[in-house]
Amino acid sequence: MTWIKAGLAGLCKLGAALRKGCGLPWGRVATFAQRSVRYPWGNTTMKYAFETIAVGIGAFVALLGAAFAKDDLFEAHMWILFFVLLCATVLLLRRIQFSPVEGPSADAESGYFDEVVRYGTIATVFWGVVGFLVGVVVALQLAFPDLNIEPWFNFGRMRPLHTSAVVFAFGGNALIMTSFYVVQRTSRARLFGGDLAWFVFWGYQLFIVMAATGYLLGITQSREYAEPEWYVDLWLTAVWVAYLIVFLGTLLKRKEPHIYVANWFYLAFIVTIAMLHIVNNLAMPVSFLGSKSYSLFSGVQDALTQWWYGHNAVGFFLTAGFLGMMYYFIPKQAGRPVYSYRLSIIHFWSLIFLYIWAGPHHLHYTALPDWAQTLGMVFSIMLWMPSWGGMINGLMTLSGAWDKIRTDPIIRMMVIAVAFYGMSTFEGPMMSIKAVNSLSHYTDWTIGHVHSGALGWVGMITFGAIYYLTPKLWGRERLYSLRLVNWHFWLATLGIVVYAAVMWVAGIQQGLMWREYNDQGFLVYSFAESVAAMKPYYILRALGGLMYLTGGIIMAWNVTMTILGHQRNEAAIPGSLPALQPAE
Amino acid sequence: METYTAMRHFADSWGLVFMLAVFCGVILFTLRPGGKKAADEASQIPLKED
Amino acid sequence: MSLLDKHGIIERNATLLLVASLLVVSVGGIVEIAPLFYLENTIEKVDGMRPYSPLELAGRDIYIREGCYTCHSQMIRPFRDEVERYGHYSLAAESMYDHSFQWGSKRTGPDLARVGSRYSNEWHVQHLTEPRSVVPESVMPSYSFLANAPLRIENVTASLKASRMVGVPYSDEMIENAEADILAQANPDADTSGVEARYPKLVLGDFDGSPAALTEMDALISYLQMLGTLVDFSTYDEASGYR
Repeated sequence: MTWIKAGLAGLCKLGAALRKGCGLPWGRVATFAQRSVRYPWGNTTMKYAFETIAVGIGAFVALLGAAFAKDDLFEAHMWILFFVLLCATVLLLRRIQFSPVEGPSADAESGYFDEVVRYGTIATVFWGVVGFLVGVVVALQLAFPDLNIEPWFNFGRMRPLHTSAVVFAFGGNALIMTSFYVVQRTSRARLFGGDLAWFVFWGYQLFIVMAATGYLLGITQSREYAEPEWYVDLWLTAVWVAYLIVFLGTLLKRKEPHIYVANWFYLAFIVTIAMLHIVNNLAMPVSFLGSKSYSLFSGVQDALTQWWYGHNAVGFFLTAGFLGMMYYFIPKQAGRPVYSYRLSIIHFWSLIFLYIWAGPHHLHYTALPDWAQTLGMVFSIMLWMPSWGGMINGLMTLSGAWDKIRTDPIIRMMVIAVAFYGMSTFEGPMMSIKAVNSLSHYTDWTIGHVHSGALGWVGMITFGAIYYLTPKLWGRERLYSLRLVNWHFWLATLGIVVYAAVMWVAGIQQGLMWREYNDQGFLVYSFAESVAAMKPYYILRALGGLMYLTGGIIMAWNVTMTILGHQRNEAAIPGSLPALQPAE
Repeated sequence: METYTAMRHFADSWGLVFMLAVFCGVILFTLRPGGKKAADEASQIPLKED
Repeated sequence: MSLLDKHGIIERNATLLLVASLLVVSVGGIVEIAPLFYLENTIEKVDGMRPYSPLELAGRDIYIREGCYTCHSQMIRPFRDEVERYGHYSLAAESMYDHSFQWGSKRTGPDLARVGSRYSNEWHVQHLTEPRSVVPESVMPSYSFLANAPLRIENVTASLKASRMVGVPYSDEMIENAEADILAQANPDADTSGVEARYPKLVLGDFDGSPAALTEMDALISYLQMLGTLVDFSTYDEASGYR
């Protein structure tokens, strides 16, 4: 019991530090901020009244949904929504104040809106650890199938939970939070729309919770990376439009004449994801009080629409948005402008134009017409060039400051991210060549490729941004520990190397076993034998994932301690302090 | 098949020329000498202040 | 303002940047996806395709719910080894009533495009209940709960109607008889002349080994048993299907 008490005490301390670090009274910190309603009958105000009423009505609607549900899954999902919104209402009610109207606080009118970025940082770290953990679990399920617990924790339901947790919960929060930070700094303007940014943040968390619980219940459209059903999709659309309004509005009221290139990437990411999300999720619900829907498209058209979406979830969610991150945080951490700004402009236009075409390479040798497969292959290969243009631009930003890779673990994290970006954007075009794809498709090679991009590029650049942001956002002099960043760096890097290498071997072996013939012209292996051959690789892969997860937990610890205001007493990283030169 | 053949021929000829022209246009326009100053200014934006 | 200075407009006008980006990212999708809807040779001309019977559709919904597509493809590529292992390569026509498609992207388990009538119903029940008792190397989870889950049939008419709205050619007769058909297909004692006439090549009978109850196991196995069995390849013209 003592450790529970200790844990609770730690949580309270974290809360106290949050409040202190923000320099705001606690009442304002965790809420939808400083909206007030002025009543005509007196000089009083009711803070958060609008939000409380809206969330309360939402809870009631969810209750109605549960009561009149047409199927069991929808009913269960609406009960979950009801309890989530009920808790939110109670939390909000506790914050309502009936007090005389104060003048608008200084924070609301001047300076940057960073509270939502602080929340976003914590959410990113939290969902990151959750997503990596689920990843390790599903990896172990493939090695040890007895770890499946039917029906809710079978692999088929856990796998979308893992992919969505890392892509949308971890990656999405990272994108929203850094884009809010970057657009304010590079526009020298406060976020547009006031509390709308809070709606984006909390609305997005609600989307994550509904999507995740839906998968475990068995609510899915079976469209990879677009599994949530129609009502959750509609909610995400509303949140996304709000996100676009906040971002574009901030750009429109900026004081800086130029729109910095990082914002181009963020803007293209937001608007393209909106387009992809809406088109790919067009569906006809069986009932407006039921969870099931049927896609508007079928068969071959449906397949290409889905992979047009799926590939550009990679291209715009996991690439363009994170390139926006690269173009801000690498120059910031290195203290030098981007290597070539004009290269970044070419990088931008050619990348967004070419990426959209690459979807058909997920459907090589399928029933998709050949002309579409060929187009997809050609554009995928061309995509190599802008990708490497961007990689060179990111790396060369360090030219003249290469020593920082040795002395600054945060820069090192960002550099390895760009290096992995270069590696996976070389591997991708190669795998899109039809001859290579005939071997690699359907195998674990694809899984390895995805993870070298997701763990290496997306993960590492996000870790770099988090380590840069945390001391800045909470007004700390430095991180709790740079040495822990170093540990994180090596655990994550080695984890990725193990993961990717194992999956290369596994995938190529799988592909070769499926197509191996003996002298008499018979297939050598049954499918089951190829499954059995994967076991050692699946165990090793889980080990690589475990290293990556450990790195993530170290980061969570480091970020928490930094927020609490601690500094670890440790020796400096060799070379990071200016060495004393002997007099000549 | 008629629509397919016609579109295929268009894509293989004028479509290709058009895309090449746009690509060259973008490169030349971005790298024209007059753009250097503006680009250098813009690249300094992140370093100005926090 | 000379032409060369006009780049400033796009670099300084956020709305224009937004519109230009949207235009640029629209091109690829329009060029690649739109023709698939009106080039008439996208979907081959075949005999034998029909909409899913109500029980098969319910089974397909379970297949989707359990995320089977995360490990099983339903798309045989035109390679010698795949054709020998799984059967004739998949045609676009074979998934023309699939909302959503189930082609998959990963083969942790084997392709299922033509698994229909390969194994007995008893094998499927045993395999779904305890996969490693019939395939020792398997890493598939157990789905024993399906045998104890009664199949909910109150939404079946609505499911057929929604499918018709997105283009599956369910007739009025099929929709009127949906509830009767879903019960008849898995009931060995029922009069099946109606459902058989509506859905040619239908696999009939009790699927899960317990005739008394209609379970989710019945529905899922009825779907698995029809996969890839509909198209009549004796009348399929390979040359005209190439595109």
